[in-house]
Amino acid sequence: MLEIKGLSVSVVGKEILKDFNLSVAAGEVHAIMGPNGSGKSTLSYVLAGREGYDITAGSVSYRGQDLLALKPEIRAREGLFLAFQYPVEIPGVGSATFLKTAVNAIRKHRGEKLYDAMEFLKIMREKRDALGISEEMMRRALNVGFSGGEKKRNEVLQMALLEPYLAVLDETDSGLDIDALKIAAEGINSLRSPERAMIVITHYQRLLEYVVPDYVHVMADGQVVRSGGKELALELEEKGYSGFGDKAEAAA
Amino acid sequence: MGAVSPRTARASRSIDLPYATKFAAARADLPGRDLPWLTSGRDAAMARFSELGLPSQKVEEWKYSNLSPLAKTDFTGPDRKAADSARDEVAQRFPKESAAGRLVFINGMLDGPLSELENLPTGVRVIGLADAIIDESDLLKAELDTVPALNGHALAALNAAFMADGCLIILEPEAELALELLFVAAPDVGAVAYHPHISIAAGAGSRLNLGEQHASLGDLEYWSNPVTSMRLGEAAQVRHYKLQEESGRAWQTSLTKARLAADATYENFVVTTGGRYARNEIEVALEGTGASCELGGSFLLSGEQQVDNRLQVDHIAPNGTSRQTYKGVLDEHSHGVFQGKTIVHRDAQKSDGNQLSRALLLSPDAIMDAKPELEIYADDVKCSHGATVGELDGEQMFYLRARGIDEASARSLLIAAFMEEHLQSITDDAARDWLRGAVSGWLALRLSGGAG
Repeated sequence: MLEIKGLSVSVVGKEILKDFNLSVAAGEVHAIMGPNGSGKSTLSYVLAGREGYDITAGSVSYRGQDLLALKPEIRAREGLFLAFQYPVEIPGVGSATFLKTAVNAIRKHRGEKLYDAMEFLKIMREKRDALGISEEMMRRALNVGFSGGEKKRNEVLQMALLEPYLAVLDETDSGLDIDALKIAAEGINSLRSPERAMIVITHYQRLLEYVVPDYVHVMADGQVVRSGGKELALELEEKGYSGFGDKAEAAA
Repeated sequence: MGAVSPRTARASRSIDLPYATKFAAARADLPGRDLPWLTSGRDAAMARFSELGLPSQKVEEWKYSNLSPLAKTDFTGPDRKAADSARDEVAQRFPKESAAGRLVFINGMLDGPLSELENLPTGVRVIGLADAIIDESDLLKAELDTVPALNGHALAALNAAFMADGCLIILEPEAELALELLFVAAPDVGAVAYHPHISIAAGAGSRLNLGEQHASLGDLEYWSNPVTSMRLGEAAQVRHYKLQEESGRAWQTSLTKARLAADATYENFVVTTGGRYARNEIEVALEGTGASCELGGSFLLSGEQQVDNRLQVDHIAPNGTSRQTYKGVLDEHSHGVFQGKTIVHRDAQKSDGNQLSRALLLSPDAIMDAKPELEIYADDVKCSHGATVGELDGEQMFYLRARGIDEASARSLLIAAFMEEHLQSITDDAARDWLRGAVSGWLALRLSGGAG
């Protein structure tokens, strides 16, 4: 599904990712943990194709394609989804209109029939009910006036509607109270499937109690400093990042 | 070294136009030549214009506009035959679509066959200006005297000297009227100039919904210089919507003046997509307690187009409210201007005034000049102003693209959103749909991709 090899990335001359390696197969859920500034969000943005990152070395292969050569919209249409840590507010763009535009852009790319307004509303209603998102919320402008929790649930709703092959969730747990966290986690778990892979980026172990990963990687100073199974998250919870080598300690 | 002559001193503040000669030639043919008050009014206006000249950029209120190309074109008065022969095409291109009454002007002249004034509600009079000059000259004189437009304003003076047509709209107290004014430019022998005058008296408690459209049959060069003057009685309500889609070679210099009595409300919204140069000048005087006005505008320009929006609201009585909100989208080499002035006079306590100018630049060559100004002479007021100029938001663009929406569609969606937010402020549903249609049309034409 995803093969990141020796990836080095700079932002205005400062190296953020250093010889980063990660391999994710279909059906797997990988958690990436690490202290602030370790490069977790940079990784998510580079995968999604945001501008302003200078790739100085390495390669990223996604479903047999050179991911870095694709425009952001093509990556999305090819099934890569980033759940934003800070979803952007867009006044004047209705949430439902935006979702329909996005879903149809992706369906068109996949050669699937476009939804008309009625079909789309029906599908959206099913998915949003499961996430406790009201119809009223969908009538508002995109993310405008949404609480932190509503924004994150809206990201999960988009993921459910866009049905990606690879979902990158960037701190989807931050800003959520425990009830909202459980709802979001249920939404994420319902999307787990043998064809779909996920990269769950988080600062805390909390989310991983509900979305149980197959692998956990600890990032520090732009690199993976340790990888293991789900038990690694618990070890982190006890010891903190200081227990994971000089680099993690320095970064923490 | 001799003394600087007054002639030289004036030249720097104005651009000379050969109008005095033209006026002398046209004077005998203008309507109302046998009405002494009108002919002496025209003479005084011409004298005033000759004194002021066409404003140059040295005049503060005109500093963003270069009118000198106007002086280089030999504009002539419109010909009735040319207008008549365009009638069928106008009828075809601009079919009447609503139940409202409609006046159609071709090259500034009222077209009888295309205008529909039957079934006007009771308590309402709508009279073509040329007819009013003949049949209702006392009434017209009274209205023109009530809202003097030409005071120190060169182009309004030119309008007063040359005005040949337009209309007089009178609403008795509590009367209601919905009216459309369609101004179409049609081919004539050469470039024509016309100076329509619209005079409105809205009696106490009356309601007027006025939709004004300015368009052209083809890529014509002309100069439209309309003046609209209105007075609103107590608690009268006027909603005034204007779509300005003149030809890309046209000049429009428009002035609207409104006087509001207590509790009267005036809503004005202008959408500008056309014209080589457009000047939208609106002056509102809140003369009665609790009067309010909302002045909104959207302009979408490309090429070498320029729009100069100049607004002035005078809070004269207490408890007045005013809003000035203009938003522009500027592509290529276009140039947008917002000059908003709110003056709160000494007795206008508890006034609430707000000004906002926002522009989106789609090209590095586009220019926006914003000059919001507050002048406050009362001590208990709430006033604010602001101006922003920016490009499309990179974070918003990335968010949309990360959801599979291509770059052109994402741009189009964001620009439409920027305008949509503003169009929401239009009170009348039908007018909002009409003006939104013009905005969407511009976006569809200018930006490839569409909104999916």
